[in-house]
Amino acid sequence: MSDSTAAAGHDHHQSTFLNTYVFSTDHKMIGKQFFWLALVMMILGGGLALMFRWQLAWPETSVWGFGWLSEDNEFMPTGIIGPDKYNMMVTMHATVMVFLVLMPMFSGAFSNFLIPLMIGARDMAFPLLNMLSFWVAALGALIMMIGFFVEGGHAAAGWTAYAPLSIKEEYTGVGMGQTLWALSIFTLTISSLMGSVNYITTIINMRTKGMIWFRMPMTIWALFVVAILSLLALPILGAAAVLMIFDRVFDTAFFDPQRGGQPLLWQHLFWYFGHPEVYILILPAMGITSDILSVFSRKPVFGYRAMVYAIIAIAFIGWIVWGHHMFQSGMNPRLGQAFMTTTMLISIPSAIKTFNWLGTLWRGSIRFTVPMLHALAFVSMFVIGGLSGIFMASNTVDIFIHDTYFIVAHIHYVLFGGSMFGLFAGISFWFPKMFGRMLNASLGRVHFWITIIGFNIAFFPMHVLGIGGHMRRIYNPLQYEFLKDLEPINVTITLGALMLGIGQIIFAINIFGSLWNLNMKWYRKSAQVISSYLTAFVAYKFVTFYFEGLINPSKPTMVGRTFAGIVAIAVFAWIYRYLSAKMGELGEAATQNPWKANTLEWVAPTVPPHGNFGPTLPEVHRGPYEYSVPGESDDWAPQTKPLGEGAAASH
Amino acid sequence: MMSWLPENISADGGDMDFLFYVIYYITSATFILVAVCMVAFLILYRQKPGVRATYTHGNNTLEIIWTITPAIFLVVIMLLSQPSWAKFKIDRPANPDVRIGVIAKQFNWIVVYPGPDGKLGTKDDVKLDNQVNVPVNKTVLISMTGQDVIHSFFIPQARVKQDIVPGRETAVWFKPIKTGKFEIPCAELCGMGHSGMNGELVVHTAESYKAFLEKINTKKSS
Repeated sequence: MSDSTAAAGHDHHQSTFLNTYVFSTDHKMIGKQFFWLALVMMILGGGLALMFRWQLAWPETSVWGFGWLSEDNEFMPTGIIGPDKYNMMVTMHATVMVFLVLMPMFSGAFSNFLIPLMIGARDMAFPLLNMLSFWVAALGALIMMIGFFVEGGHAAAGWTAYAPLSIKEEYTGVGMGQTLWALSIFTLTISSLMGSVNYITTIINMRTKGMIWFRMPMTIWALFVVAILSLLALPILGAAAVLMIFDRVFDTAFFDPQRGGQPLLWQHLFWYFGHPEVYILILPAMGITSDILSVFSRKPVFGYRAMVYAIIAIAFIGWIVWGHHMFQSGMNPRLGQAFMTTTMLISIPSAIKTFNWLGTLWRGSIRFTVPMLHALAFVSMFVIGGLSGIFMASNTVDIFIHDTYFIVAHIHYVLFGGSMFGLFAGISFWFPKMFGRMLNASLGRVHFWITIIGFNIAFFPMHVLGIGGHMRRIYNPLQYEFLKDLEPINVTITLGALMLGIGQIIFAINIFGSLWNLNMKWYRKSAQVISSYLTAFVAYKFVTFYFEGLINPSKPTMVGRTFAGIVAIAVFAWIYRYLSAKMGELGEAATQNPWKANTLEWVAPTVPPHGNFGPTLPEVHRGPYEYSVPGESDDWAPQTKPLGEGAAASH
Repeated sequence: MMSWLPENISADGGDMDFLFYVIYYITSATFILVAVCMVAFLILYRQKPGVRATYTHGNNTLEIIWTITPAIFLVVIMLLSQPSWAKFKIDRPANPDVRIGVIAKQFNWIVVYPGPDGKLGTKDDVKLDNQVNVPVNKTVLISMTGQDVIHSFFIPQARVKQDIVPGRETAVWFKPIKTGKFEIPCAELCGMGHSGMNGELVVHTAESYKAFLEKINTKKSS
């Protein structure tokens, strides 16, 4: 679409509440809608995780805060999670986090908000389709939520929904829930499809003058490749979901072995989508990290072209590795050898990216801002996740660790340590441009440290569990003799998860406080009083704990809980004191370019108006990462700045 | 040296443990390398007044080095894995000393012994719930089928895991080298009773295995 038609589209725009906030066709508003959808769903997904973590640490006791439920409560009698509901929570935690948090956030919020701004376009190629994409996603989310309230509960066959478990009610006791699950997944794939068509077209056709391919920021490269992957991968999942609905509702037998169906067909379909899917979730975070590392090292991305080629290589090889999820599935073991080869191949681009990130830091001038902290966390956590992947890439070692907590540890190091830290980095980096207000840096730092420490306490020990043989998705590890010794590790993990979960409250306070200009000065006044009270309480608890331990050492779990409680209170007291020195009014107004970054979104005014760039579109003259160019006085220069001596036209 | 893997009771299990430790040392070394570089860079190159970042777009020699080096390590891991994989999953023993059948259902392993005639699939087969009895130092072949959903037959100490898919036959084989009792959990989510779906592997000495066979076979004929 040419510049003039896009602008014309905005001319007869009359602002009403409905078309500004609800049925908006503005890419920025649609991005924000996805943003809020993902954040709300994050609370649900995280809450579910904390609940079933309780069951794993202290099996068959009332979940903290739910003890008041009566015995006839259908969901959790006396607050205890039953095995059927446990399976449901595990299933829904993964489903919500993957399909309703990470995908809407990256492929919805970031893609929508950033693509037109970073390539210098006025809006998406198909604004109406864009709006539809959000509302179909919202419908999908609604269907998913209804599933919690139907008889028999929500889907309980794992997020991978392996057939035949997922196709017959008699196997799980779940009726409508599983069908709604499949229907919701189908709806979400349609939404994704609309989004990706839009992103691909926009990036190919609507780059502003001078924005050649190799002047695009890494974030845009990543989102572009992700859009292609989504376009090709999600219809496969959509088709599989429809087959599942057919099997469940219309009594067909695609996956039913008793009537000639093939259970492994589901696994092939699911993982043929599923492996590109993990790249759909991680590549945007990689792109965002590359951008942020470059901005706050004040240095061009090291090996820009190698980074781009690595992303493209991942997009190709990603299609021929799905069998590594199925090494033990009963498919012909000779395929296991082929899939191991391709899987080893795909870890090479990830290695290239990691070393290039290190190269970007090398001899930079590093500023430890909140987005930078999250980006650095991304790099270090992703390295752990990537390296642990090599264990299961070896099909022989996979025999032992398949379906154990080692896999759980790996996926969380990639999807939380990777994607979520990328998400936090992206939110704290672009929040000023999205909402016109800065996030509070002190709150951001506290949130960062709690998150990364809690994350590692929660997920690193899972490697140890997995190596010990602890199966995933089991309801009560105490039912197994060989897992009894590992139970203290389960308790540790749950405490870490609680820390991680509670830490996100700070994130929420930061977001809403900054949006609503919350005045936190009252905090400073009360800080001294409360922190001294908490310190005294910790001292008191320590003394009682110490003597209790001497008098009655036969209560190991209570001792663990008490100890963790003391640590928690001490941490709270420390945070309280730290913040008391820093807090004031939240939501400082953002300037046009608070980070002194080069890419085009920072050339647009804050908050970008309709059409983003004013009367004329910016013209690009240089690459996105021309920081610290010798001979230029500033250590940064927007992409619109004409080329001087020394700066590179592209990389 | 880390020894978190459960004790190994299979003659070939050492291959898997060896590979595990090879990968463990390679990945640990890589992690330490990356972590040390990163921390060093963060300290050395933090923002300092008057110092500008070095303007560079990369280095092709370095790119080639850090593409080829991981590739070499990965090829080594791959070449080391292939023969063991074949041993565990492809080269099914033609003449095992003991043949046992397992039928998986929600939430039990039905273990089928050949009975007096020594052949599986005949009328005199003996069925036991969740009890896999095998003699020590003999190759055991367990062929498995499923009745309802997918289960996964997992013996941590024997380094054995294989999904059981209804409608197709899969198999595991191993040679226990130590007597004792071990658990056989189901490793694939199979419904409400998945947790607790657990069998028992009993590795007998030659004499006690003979006694066990006599016991189940006489029970069958009487």
